[in-house]
Amino acid sequence: MVTQAPPTIKLAVHDWSVWYGAIQALQSISLEIHTQEILGAIGPANSGKTSFLRSLNRMNDINPTFRYTGRVLLDGQDLYRDLESQSVRRRVGIVFALPLPLPLSIRNNVTYGPRLRGERDPQRLEELVERSLKAASLWDEVKDRLELPAMRLSGGQQQRLCIARTLAMEPEVILFDEPCSGLDPISTAKVEETMLQLKAKYTLVLVTNNTKQAARVSDRVAFFLMGELIELDRTGVIFTAPHDQRTNDYITGRFG
Amino acid sequence: MAWQRWRERLIEFCIRACGISSIAIVTLIFIFLLKEGLAVFRTISVAAFLGGRHWYPISDPPLFGILPLIVGSGAVTIGAVVLSVPIGIASALFISEIAKGYSKDILKTGIELFAAIPSVVLGFIGMTALAPLLKQTFHLPTGLTALTGSITLAFMAMPTIVSITEDALAAVPRGHREAALALGATRWQMMVHVLLPAAGSGIVAAVMLGIGRVIGETMAVMMVTGNAAVIPHTLLQPVRTLTATIAAEMGETVRGSDHYAALFAIGIVLFVISFVINMLADLFLHRDRN
Amino acid sequence: MWGQPWRRALAIQRVAFTLLFLATCLVGLTALVVIGVICVKGAGALSWEFLTKMPTQGMRAGGIFPAIIGTIELVGLTVFFALPIGVAAAMYLTEYSSENWLTRLARLAIVNLSGVPSVVYGLFGLGLFVIFCRFGTSLLAGALTLAIMILPVIITASEEALRSVPKSFREVSLSLGASHWQTTRHAVLPFAIPGIMTGTILGIGRAAGETAPILFTVAAFYLPRLPRSIFDQAMALPYHLYVISTQIPHIPTTQRYGTALVLLLLVLSLNVLAVVLRARFRRKRQW
Repeated sequence: MVTQAPPTIKLAVHDWSVWYGAIQALQSISLEIHTQEILGAIGPANSGKTSFLRSLNRMNDINPTFRYTGRVLLDGQDLYRDLESQSVRRRVGIVFALPLPLPLSIRNNVTYGPRLRGERDPQRLEELVERSLKAASLWDEVKDRLELPAMRLSGGQQQRLCIARTLAMEPEVILFDEPCSGLDPISTAKVEETMLQLKAKYTLVLVTNNTKQAARVSDRVAFFLMGELIELDRTGVIFTAPHDQRTNDYITGRFG
Repeated sequence: MAWQRWRERLIEFCIRACGISSIAIVTLIFIFLLKEGLAVFRTISVAAFLGGRHWYPISDPPLFGILPLIVGSGAVTIGAVVLSVPIGIASALFISEIAKGYSKDILKTGIELFAAIPSVVLGFIGMTALAPLLKQTFHLPTGLTALTGSITLAFMAMPTIVSITEDALAAVPRGHREAALALGATRWQMMVHVLLPAAGSGIVAAVMLGIGRVIGETMAVMMVTGNAAVIPHTLLQPVRTLTATIAAEMGETVRGSDHYAALFAIGIVLFVISFVINMLADLFLHRDRN
Repeated sequence: MWGQPWRRALAIQRVAFTLLFLATCLVGLTALVVIGVICVKGAGALSWEFLTKMPTQGMRAGGIFPAIIGTIELVGLTVFFALPIGVAAAMYLTEYSSENWLTRLARLAIVNLSGVPSVVYGLFGLGLFVIFCRFGTSLLAGALTLAIMILPVIITASEEALRSVPKSFREVSLSLGASHWQTTRHAVLPFAIPGIMTGTILGIGRAAGETAPILFTVAAFYLPRLPRSIFDQAMALPYHLYVISTQIPHIPTTQRYGTALVLLLLVLSLNVLAVVLRARFRRKRQW
């Protein structure tokens, strides 16, 4: 028998609850995210999965009514108490639902983050641009047009540019918030392919409304409902023999 | 990293300071007006100041009754309002509901141009073109009268009234218009019975801001109203406004004298009047939005 | 429905609409007439000599060069003070605060400042800058006074410009690890600059045309030389026009109209510039 080493834990969430003002969005979530896995988060609207995702890189801080209890640990360090939000966001990047390029050139979009962090060397910046665009599967399409305004790209290309932009920060974890919701099937396939390639170097968390996408891409799947974590297990198990009846109902389309 | 955070804190501090600068400035203005102006009330009482019928600051002893100035400002303002409000509202109605295409653009530009013309230039035109016209038409000894001031200031207030009324009309939901028309009203009936009442508080705010504009006007009024600090019997006589008095006489007063303080005291009166008008107008604008 | 009452209502409407049309023409076209009159009567005075020479013989001959330069310097100094403070104040209201009693008070103060009569600003400038700060009648005192006067214009225009930048830009910047100030400086401000610029140009136009605030703080009437420093007095076009039309007899009418024309052209071209820039930026906008 080959003994597998136990998976290392990248992010650990302990009894994590979130409120926006008086409204509670998450109830006592506890889970662990393993290094270099793709964790899919599924659930109907308002299930709290986006709040959960944004808790992982402190994007919830932007909301002035945000309150929390519990802990989120990145490599053992408390995101909220031990680390500064800026350094958290550099280590945990995010790709949003709609492609959101800044109205700058393609190159300047990718170098936006690194330049603000202090990177000045033009050679290193060029290398960064090439590396990130290649990792996002966009390099071949734009390599001789880096000066072009990013807004002129198609939707799918813009989304891959956003991925490249996040990669340029050299994060450890990448969060995906329904990244394909505005894309056509071909672009969706390209993004999913990119995600599978990124798994080799990064830890990915994917929130999606599309259960089939979660099935295609994730290693493990977490099912959220009304702010609670109902079930978390390997993808195969969730989609063939889930333990909870509610998980089954959602996956088979009884609601959602 | 530490010095960068320090720099950020400093920048944020400067931004916050600038943010509340407006409050500081308003307070400072009030304080300085009081500082220089309250001195005059050592020589006369507030009642005698506000109600005195004679403004003879250089006589001996000097008389600082500003009633003629208040009446002067009031007469010119009322005249300007009577002229500019109906025409202003009418123009706003026309531009927002009836005009189309090129004519709309030309007329709108014309009205906005009025807002851009400096008051001293309008005063100049009023003096050289309007005053002689009135002098001839009404056979007056001089064309520099309260009426001249009213007409000139009416034109200056109209851009304000028109643009705010336009905003108020645009804020009325389409549904109102369409419902009235669907019930068989003509467009004119719809405008009078539905649109104007619905935009009511916005229009009131527009009028108040127009009034504020007129009361506060200095140069144009100084050049066309004749500068006679007496209470007029008709609008066809020269008058003096509160603003013109300050502008005309400050150059000749001695700093620290009673005359000097009296002019600052007039400034206090003007500041309070504009404060009240702006507060009320703001109230009406917000009531409309809610 | 197509009986007598309806026809009467239509007739009334026709009359009413005609009156509305006439009212609008009265306002709109009078402006064009006024400008036309000044152009026609003042064009005769516009010679190279008029625009570039010093005045002589107590204003009865020569040119208005120092008044033009004085206005330009005054307005330049005004913007130097008003622009940073105004933009910073707008940034505070949009990026660095949430809506609470303090911001409501600040906005109320801005509304009030925009309604204060211009002569009261003159008094304030006299009391604070000329006397209390001991700047004397100077370009500095005048510019500071005018700066405070156009502050509401710049704050309002800047606030609108900052708000028009989509919220997503800020989110994206923050998600890439930028600080609050870095986000404001690199993801918001650059895209608000067109709106800020338009508002500033309009503010400049306003400052260039105002007389009352500079009456007691900077203006000199007959100063046939250029100001030597910011602590010096200066001539200015609006004040100049006022004095030659009300206090000096025997100045040729063309000269008076000519001065009015120069001032008018200066102010109107600034306004036109602002409108053109606004249209151009709206077309070039990528979002």
